[in-house]
Amino acid sequence: MADFPGVRLHVVSGKGGTGKTTVAAALALALAGGGGRVLLLEVEGRQGIAQLFDVPPLPYLEKSVAVAPGGGEVYALAVDPEEALLDYLHMFYKLSPSGIPARTLRRMGAIDFATTIAPGMRDVLLTGKVKESVIRKRRDGRPVYDAVVLDAPPTGRIARFLNISQEVSGLTKVGPIKNQSEGVMAVLRSPQTAVHLVTLLEEMPVQETLDAVDELRSVHLPVGAVFVNAVRTPLLAPADLKAAESGALDTTALAAGLEKAGLDAPESLVAALAGEAADHASRVSLEERGRDALAGLARPTYELPLLPDAVDLGGLYALAQSLQEQGIA
Amino acid sequence: MTGMTKTPVLDIDRTLLGSRILVCCGSGGVGKTTTAAALALRGAELGRRTVVLTIDPARRLAQSMGLTELDNTPRPVEGLTGGGALDAMMLDMKRTFDQLVVDHAEPGKADAILANPFYQALSSSFAGTQEYMAMEKLSQLVSTGAYDLVVVDTPPTRSALDFLDAPQRLTTFLDGRMVRILLAPAKAGGKVYLRAVTAGLNVFTNVLTRIIGADVLVDLSQFVASLETMFGGFRERAQATYDLLKAPGTAFVVVAAPERDALREAAYFVERLAAERMPLAGLVVNRVHRSAAASLTAERSLAAAEALDERADSPLASAVLRLHADRVALATREARLQERFSRAHPGVPVVEVAAQPGDVHDLAGLRSVGDDLAGGRQAAVPAVPA
Repeated sequence: MADFPGVRLHVVSGKGGTGKTTVAAALALALAGGGGRVLLLEVEGRQGIAQLFDVPPLPYLEKSVAVAPGGGEVYALAVDPEEALLDYLHMFYKLSPSGIPARTLRRMGAIDFATTIAPGMRDVLLTGKVKESVIRKRRDGRPVYDAVVLDAPPTGRIARFLNISQEVSGLTKVGPIKNQSEGVMAVLRSPQTAVHLVTLLEEMPVQETLDAVDELRSVHLPVGAVFVNAVRTPLLAPADLKAAESGALDTTALAAGLEKAGLDAPESLVAALAGEAADHASRVSLEERGRDALAGLARPTYELPLLPDAVDLGGLYALAQSLQEQGIA
Repeated sequence: MTGMTKTPVLDIDRTLLGSRILVCCGSGGVGKTTTAAALALRGAELGRRTVVLTIDPARRLAQSMGLTELDNTPRPVEGLTGGGALDAMMLDMKRTFDQLVVDHAEPGKADAILANPFYQALSSSFAGTQEYMAMEKLSQLVSTGAYDLVVVDTPPTRSALDFLDAPQRLTTFLDGRMVRILLAPAKAGGKVYLRAVTAGLNVFTNVLTRIIGADVLVDLSQFVASLETMFGGFRERAQATYDLLKAPGTAFVVVAAPERDALREAAYFVERLAAERMPLAGLVVNRVHRSAAASLTAERSLAAAEALDERADSPLASAVLRLHADRVALATREARLQERFSRAHPGVPVVEVAAQPGDVHDLAGLRSVGDDLAGGRQAAVPAVPA
């Protein structure tokens, strides 16, 4: 892992609509490239991973969803708080999920109750499962997964979601939940973890990214990379962009060019095309301002190209390759 | 739009003039809050006394209405044309909840509830609290009688419609076995914890005590006990809000972008509203790309660009042609996605708002979104100086 040596937990957040699930999946594929074993987790019950990899909804099982170029493999799991609680009871209290106490808890609606009434509890369970998959070892002592990628809640909620010891401290000062949350926190704050942010080169997502970085830093969570998604290549030459933006595009040259290409070039068409060029130019300059603002964060930044169609499996592999070429893995 | 001739057009002005409550819902990142603000501004400029309740607006949106910050109190927006007025506010979930507790708790109990750690967790981060409190605030705003039109934004999640379940959920919660178990010690004076319970319950409470600790259990049971006294009031209010939403004068607007995921969410909202018999005004599709030169197809445009490139001639025209090809291809794809939505949901009126390169920065920007929402009509003629 070239850019993030030692990082085993990659948390991926971003404003809604920026494509964080897509980036998380592409990152998992990139990290698995060359023979790695990577686990991709989701925690919001949206089954976004299954949709992306075009597989049936994920059961509560770590399931292989894709083979990476070079022989690696990506496993996926949709973490469910109820199942995570049963897991936890099994691991720490030796309660079998099919035993009487666990069944009683379920029958009472206790699990549902616990995970709904105390949202901090829900996040402890979800992040607890994430931590467990990061530290889980094989018989020979090596970790089961080379890396874990978490498709995390959006930027508006991310610091709160990860900073669970804060959430829990109001509820309980001592006891097993407190200990559990501290164990999770230790992994999340360690150099093993990086919290990446996905953005578009648009004003609001860029602003949210800047805000999220501040927030994460203020609670001592390690900020990783910035992923700029859906980047377009500017088609016009710099001088033309400038002219187009100020409405001074050389329409005579444009009309002449259109005619040379064998097209009728009535004034209305030339004006419409010049208008489109102006839109493009103002967008490009807006993107430049966004890039400058993101550069101020001084974090490794990766750009992912805009895919012409909705992302499918092929597109995912293309994005993973682009990440590898940019040195992430 | 080709092939969409049968899709009715959403008449925003009629909706704004004919409603008392307008609820905007949709997934995140589709410009829902901006749409809510633009609708409210237009409503005000059509002459109505309007208030917009936003959930989590970007600072820039507040600034675009000339307000440095939005809070739980409606603040007047300056610089309107036409005879109406516009107030804007942002939901403060915790304050709204606190007020609800103060209004409904038995005398002397409110402070204990407000200080309980479980209440604090619930009121600031319970999934669903935000939705529920938005609806609570909505009914408060309506009951002031100060407004002709209340425009509400909803949280950017699927659970934005959770408020529809609020009455049912409260009932289920209150009647749930867990609540009864937790109430038992409080009712027994807190001394004996579940002395007279069955063997199954003993196992259960042992496990619970081991896992969460005895002190937490006491806090929790006190909290549930104190909440119980307010549930009646809560339930009534939730039911009243639900009825208000179904009453004539309420309209829902679903907001989407012309993308697969956003339209899928929009379809979910439309179906859910129909199932609840909630009045849907229509769908707003934001950020639609159009081309003023659509007669030049993407294929011809690209072929022309390639012809120029081969001769290394006219790089400007070639670049502009490629740009145009991309744009037409995007517009076509968006139209296809919208068409798919409309075919599955015929009869849902639709209006499109064109994509803008940048965000809205001022009232004029918001007004122009409003004009777009109304199919290009201006809301009010600016007053002529005397």
